[in-house]
Amino acid sequence: MDSRSEKNIKQLTYMQSKLGLDQNKIKHAKDLAKSISDDVQAFVDKRSTLTVERTLCRLMGIDGIDNNEVPLPNILVDDINNNGALSEGALFYIGNAMIQTGLSPQQIAEEISAGKLEITKLKIAPKAEIEKAIQPIIDYSIKRIRTRRQRREHYIDTMGEGPKPYLYVIVATGNIYEDVVQAEAAARQGADIIAVIRTTGQSLLDYVPYGPTTEGFGGTMATQENFRIMRQALDKVGEEVGKYVRLCNYCSGLCMPEIAIMGAFEGLDVMLNDALYGILFRDINMQRTMVDQYMSRIINGFAGVIINTGEDNYLTTADAIEAAHTVLASDFINEQLALGAGLPEEQQGLGHAFEMNPNQTNGFLMELAEAQMLREIFPKATLKYMPPTKFMTGNIFKGHIQDALFNMVGIWTHQGIQLLGMPTEAIHTPFMSDRYLSIENARYIFNNMKDIGDEFEFAKDGICRKRAAKVLNKAIELLEVMVKEGLFSSLEQGIFGDVKRPYTGGKGLAGVCIKGENYMNPFIKIMKGNK
Amino acid sequence: MGAGLYSMEGKEFDKTLDLTKAKPYGDTMNDGKVQLSFTLPVPMGDEAIEAAKQLIIKMGFDNPLVVFYKELTPGYTFFNCYGSTKYTVDFTTIHVPKVESDVMNMHDCDVYIKENIGRKLVIVGASTGTDAHTVGIDAIMNMKGFAGHYGIERYEMIDAYNLGSQVLNEDLIAKGLELHADALLVSQTVTQKDVHIKNMVKMVELMEAENLRDKMIIVCGGPRISHELAKEIGFDAGFGMNSFANDVVSYIAQEFVKRNNK
Repeated sequence: MDSRSEKNIKQLTYMQSKLGLDQNKIKHAKDLAKSISDDVQAFVDKRSTLTVERTLCRLMGIDGIDNNEVPLPNILVDDINNNGALSEGALFYIGNAMIQTGLSPQQIAEEISAGKLEITKLKIAPKAEIEKAIQPIIDYSIKRIRTRRQRREHYIDTMGEGPKPYLYVIVATGNIYEDVVQAEAAARQGADIIAVIRTTGQSLLDYVPYGPTTEGFGGTMATQENFRIMRQALDKVGEEVGKYVRLCNYCSGLCMPEIAIMGAFEGLDVMLNDALYGILFRDINMQRTMVDQYMSRIINGFAGVIINTGEDNYLTTADAIEAAHTVLASDFINEQLALGAGLPEEQQGLGHAFEMNPNQTNGFLMELAEAQMLREIFPKATLKYMPPTKFMTGNIFKGHIQDALFNMVGIWTHQGIQLLGMPTEAIHTPFMSDRYLSIENARYIFNNMKDIGDEFEFAKDGICRKRAAKVLNKAIELLEVMVKEGLFSSLEQGIFGDVKRPYTGGKGLAGVCIKGENYMNPFIKIMKGNK
Repeated sequence: MGAGLYSMEGKEFDKTLDLTKAKPYGDTMNDGKVQLSFTLPVPMGDEAIEAAKQLIIKMGFDNPLVVFYKELTPGYTFFNCYGSTKYTVDFTTIHVPKVESDVMNMHDCDVYIKENIGRKLVIVGASTGTDAHTVGIDAIMNMKGFAGHYGIERYEMIDAYNLGSQVLNEDLIAKGLELHADALLVSQTVTQKDVHIKNMVKMVELMEAENLRDKMIIVCGGPRISHELAKEIGFDAGFGMNSFANDVVSYIAQEFVKRNNK
């Protein structure tokens, strides 16, 4: 961020709101969200899931697949689960097996895969010895993540980065090597963040595929090897263009923490990582998601990854004017859940979107008001601003103008991440030239209107101030209902996002367990809130 | 730019409209003007511009004009171009298969169903296969609807069930049977590598294998779907962009009446 906008944001933190927002109301809303989040946290602390345990396997250095392409972390954790011992957790059994067999965690997983070892049937060593056995590997993994983080920080310190709002574009060819070509082109044109869109349907896989992949629909498989390939390419092109280029992927679905750890190992910088999205839009069980999001955010926090939340999705189905307060309410909840997982505000890419009907009279003013409102309510957050999609019609010429209006709001209100709209939205995944046109559009506006936000104020009793106050009031009303009901019950009743999700419905519930007597996950303590 | 900004070419062609030989219209009848933009995987330079022009000529254009070019990344050059096409189409003999039903509004649909069917129609919809997008099915089914057209859930004479996204064909059909559906709606948004076509073909095959094909009306929709495509695949009807709930309900209600009066 350049010094001027940094200063502005700092000032905003202390200054009176430009929109005349009532600071007491903001505080009240944050307290409500905290109460909702604390309630969830008490639930989460008692539980683990299949993917959390597989994450711990990966932190123990277990990787690779068997002949049927089943990842070894799945084989190991499924073996424990099939023996009814999931509640004791993977680390307990891995540490014990290390003592009893003298093998490394990777060798243990391979032996289980070969049917030569029953990890839950071994003699059990004292817990203190188990803890001691796994400690060197814990240290190694922590160092590995920390080194990755320092590598990014060193790049940013020495090479620098683009000014905010970061220009965020997607690549989505399905083939990681083709993605690299597209990403390099985008970086040369000025992109700050490259997001590799995941293949359709990956969110519902209860495992993470392995190796480099060249086939995908609407996107590319998120695999650790694909992460590595793209990170390497971006490092190279970053050195060429003289700035650090961030890489984004998706920590969502049934493998949130596993993808987080793969990203932490490979130097991912940004992760889609919403607490509610999977429940509402992918029908993933709410208990499962809540436990998974917690662990994934602890990892993302520790790895210095900026998370992006998915509030824009509410507006793809609901009306952007009527449902604006659900976006804000969700941002409040996502913020508190993230803070609860030790993820600092600066790493919170709280989401919102420019999705009003373009025929709306003064729609631009309402969009401006809402973007400014979020900026003031979450002054330190790296707000993620999503472009118009719902009213992109295939008229690429008008679409380019809709994106221009969106870019004006982005620079005006000091957004953190500007997810660039494409004129060909709703037609195809972006061509190389679409991305060029979008980046050119944003750079033109961001430069030509750079300090507009500092030059204009919002009229007293004007459209913008009224709009912001109304959205905040409605968000508070919604949060008040949710505090009474609790998050789970609210989700069951469809209070949020108009989608009803049963407590025991959806995908992935079978993978949730209550932590047992011997359960151990020392990574929570080591990583949470730390660097 | 390469060919000069203003084309001074003469306009010595017949300027009367002849629908048996229709051509694109720029600012003069039959000028044949077309805008093109594309990227060639070649480095920027005079050779790249010449390559673009030759390509345009091969595509059947006269007077190729490269008005803008830019190297997007080394080895890839983007062009904006114009040309005048040689080709014409005979508009008078064109036949496009269309959904053959009258389009009614929500109220008229409800009245029509009451009077001609006398009970509620059951419609079950989903975004099927690996497709995670609910935008299409929601726009058609959700109470609120889209662009001022209420969704099917709001119709008094319809029992609507929206199963959401990533629903297997098998599950949609099973749910249809369980709910005694009169019609199934399939929404497909992702069309990369024709995944939607493969998925919809599978649905028709499944229904045929189970001897269910004529038990329910099956309809598909999505931005890249046309009625013609739907019929080819074996669906009863297809709805593309700018279709709304009342288009779909009008069709289903009238098709239902037609079938049951036979």
